[in-house]
Amino acid sequence: MTARTATATRLSRRTFLISGAATGGGLALGLHVGGLKEALAQSVLGTTGNEVGAWVFIRPNDEVVVRIARSEMGQGTLTGLAQLVAEELECDWKKVRTEYPTPGQNLARNRLWGDMSTGGSRGIRQSQEYVRKGGAAARMMLLQAAADQWKVPVAEVKVANGVITHAATNRRLTYGKVAAAAAKLPVPDSKAITLKDPKSWKIAGRSEKRLDTADKLTGKQVFAIDVKLPGMLNASIMDAPVFGAKVKSYEEAKARAMPGVRHVVKVGDTAVAVVADTWWQANAALKVLNIAWEEGANDKVSSQSIAEFLKQGLDATEGVFVGNTVGDAGQAIAGAARKLEAVYFSPYQNHATMEPMNCVAKWTADRCEVWVASQNGEASLAACAEAAGLPPSKCEVYKYHLGGGFGRRGFQDYTTKAVLVAKQIPGVPIKVIWSREEDMRQGRFRPVGICRMSAGLDDKGELVGLAMRISAPSILAAVAPARLDANGRDSIAFQGLNPQGPEGQLGYTVPNLLIDHAMRNTHVPPGFWRGVNNNQNAIWLECFLDEVAKAAGKDPLEFRRKLMGNHPKHLAVLNAVADKIGWGTPPPAGLTRGIAQHMGYGSYVAAAAEVRLSDRGRVKIERLVMSTDCGHVVNPQQVIAQVEGSVAYGLGAMLYQECTVSGGRMVEENFDSYPMMLMEDFPKIETILAPSGGFWGGVGEPTICVAAPAVLNAIYAATGQGIYTLPLKNVRLQRA
Amino acid sequence: MARLNVNGRTREVEAAPDTPLLWVLREQIGLTGTKYGCGIAQCGACSVHINGALQRSCSIPLSSVKATDRIVTIEGLSARGDHPVQRAWLALDVPQCGYCQTGQIMAAAALLKSKPKPTDADIDAAMTNICRCGTYSRIRAAIHTAAGNTSASAAGKKA
Repeated sequence: MTARTATATRLSRRTFLISGAATGGGLALGLHVGGLKEALAQSVLGTTGNEVGAWVFIRPNDEVVVRIARSEMGQGTLTGLAQLVAEELECDWKKVRTEYPTPGQNLARNRLWGDMSTGGSRGIRQSQEYVRKGGAAARMMLLQAAADQWKVPVAEVKVANGVITHAATNRRLTYGKVAAAAAKLPVPDSKAITLKDPKSWKIAGRSEKRLDTADKLTGKQVFAIDVKLPGMLNASIMDAPVFGAKVKSYEEAKARAMPGVRHVVKVGDTAVAVVADTWWQANAALKVLNIAWEEGANDKVSSQSIAEFLKQGLDATEGVFVGNTVGDAGQAIAGAARKLEAVYFSPYQNHATMEPMNCVAKWTADRCEVWVASQNGEASLAACAEAAGLPPSKCEVYKYHLGGGFGRRGFQDYTTKAVLVAKQIPGVPIKVIWSREEDMRQGRFRPVGICRMSAGLDDKGELVGLAMRISAPSILAAVAPARLDANGRDSIAFQGLNPQGPEGQLGYTVPNLLIDHAMRNTHVPPGFWRGVNNNQNAIWLECFLDEVAKAAGKDPLEFRRKLMGNHPKHLAVLNAVADKIGWGTPPPAGLTRGIAQHMGYGSYVAAAAEVRLSDRGRVKIERLVMSTDCGHVVNPQQVIAQVEGSVAYGLGAMLYQECTVSGGRMVEENFDSYPMMLMEDFPKIETILAPSGGFWGGVGEPTICVAAPAVLNAIYAATGQGIYTLPLKNVRLQRA
Repeated sequence: MARLNVNGRTREVEAAPDTPLLWVLREQIGLTGTKYGCGIAQCGACSVHINGALQRSCSIPLSSVKATDRIVTIEGLSARGDHPVQRAWLALDVPQCGYCQTGQIMAAAALLKSKPKPTDADIDAAMTNICRCGTYSRIRAAIHTAAGNTSASAAGKKA
């Protein structure tokens, strides 16, 4: 198998830059929504009320509508961002509502709401400053408007819970009463705005209830898959199962004769869709198309051939990029009193969002609209425009809450395909839903990888050298080549292993160190999967360190502590989980313990696990202690929810999940062969929030990286045998 | 033409006999609270009650549903979204993305009907719906809350 970069052109839309100046301006105009009120409820900016700065819209009844540019996919960003705006606005939290500005409006107003992309655990940490300033600016405008009305100096005016008062004259006004006047005032310069010290927060920093819960309990929540538009038809699609293959032929007649079928259309060179009255009819007809594919050379690729290809990277000198180097690791290990080496394997993983990919598109010669769940509304707009053959100013995206994202919905292939179908049936809204099987086949997979870890110990058991050779595909080379370093290096390969930087710094100081990446790209399209490469990097490093500690005759915690003197924040979270689980005291009978730490997405995280390994080799995770220092916590109960969720996602992969390749295509097509963690497996989790302040780290992803290595190390403590391949279902475990 | 009893109303639908109940509910009747997740009865996002019993509607063909069968979907579980399970879900802020939660709620409601005071083991056995966001600990706690289990009686192995 030869190195092959997945087709960059197909995937480059993620990096499409929206350019161009305002074409419209003004508030909430230009939407031709007619009778579509229900379907657009989440997308249309309020029209009765006043916009006070970019982020705040106030209704006459004092309701405060906070604009949310990022996407809500379960991670709670909607509520957290609203809390931050409300905190500075000094409004009544009970009257806060939210809405998504559309990407088209953002474009028309010179990106007034900034970046809409929602990934990399960035939602809050990278917009907190400007949304808080947006809340503060609105407060200043509202107070000024009240002061103007009363003809008093603004310094004499106070506000609490959205009620403005002037004590000297005993007058009061609510935000709803002055919003119209405030909206006409200039927006204060953001540089002149001083934000509150988080220590004085009253709304942010508290475990407020999510704003999006009620409708999710009754079936009222409209997801993109539920959108219904007048005259809409439904489509099911099948793309080439062998990546890179093209449609050769298909048998249209039988499908066309089936009930409800209206159209059979080719989608680009690689897919075919059936359009029918209902999706069930479309999907049934899709199955009888008997599509033949031009598969090319990729149909020979298998998991075995990929593993062989990656193995060549272990000793390669070409196509190798350095991530972190100190001293001379090779020499130090060669000359060490004791040498250790282990080679680890990590399989492809699928996002498997519960809501399969789907998108509604409506195309006419001068306008194209999509109704979609997207982690990046602006990328959806760009994909829509490109597929529609129209300028972005003639396109619009209506965003819906995501039925799961995890990185998958940052890619816009499903938006593109829906537009390509709709373009062939002008004027008719088409909802394209991918079957679960299509969703599993056409993923953007967490990359496969192997890693050789090597270490040298001196005669006192001190670590003198550590080397880490990763051989794996590059995500950036496939999806965003422009983000590769000038020499072609994929910096994301080294998540959590970097010598410095705010995103993911290695928490250990080793006198001789070499971490490098042999970039070995396959034909399988890679993608950003919750935690991304932190997942494998943390497992490889943390599990190997336990083996090294054992060889050195040292306790895993003590061994780590000795390397962490220069990394107090890493150490603090590790100490926190160790203390809580009772490290140093004997575990309960029959249980063994493991620990792990890592830094990802700007946050310091650690985990400690207690597991029970049965005589038959079955693992039961009895207890997990998780700790995160994300700098500031906006909503503690939602951070805890994210920690727990990340555990389920990470441990599900560790225990059960792998996407294998046979004949060039993905083998696992549904939850029977790609099983999820269920209630009965979900461990008891104790979460320690330890925000130390002074920085803003992410929340959705970081802790995923430490759950698996902590559990694996606890198993290692029971077996004495390193675990070199995952998922664990493929490994025979036996107590030592 | 088939006749169905959904949430206490008689519905006449036009669909092929092999159409799964899930798609009849979603596309013919317009009740989209019941979700498509896998189509092979693995995930439970499509859970409904038929004559009081929990069923995965993606794998029930229309032809096997009788006009007299009482089908209840999430939209019909309670008049105002105030079934004890829904109230507990609200109190504990259970959902994350929310896509699976209507199915989870239907499964929990069925569990409490057959076992008003479930133990953790009962919950493990009955709650086999997939939640990709990992809301399992809150689902467990909310079921105990809805059951009126005190923290002591819910202690079990995982409370």
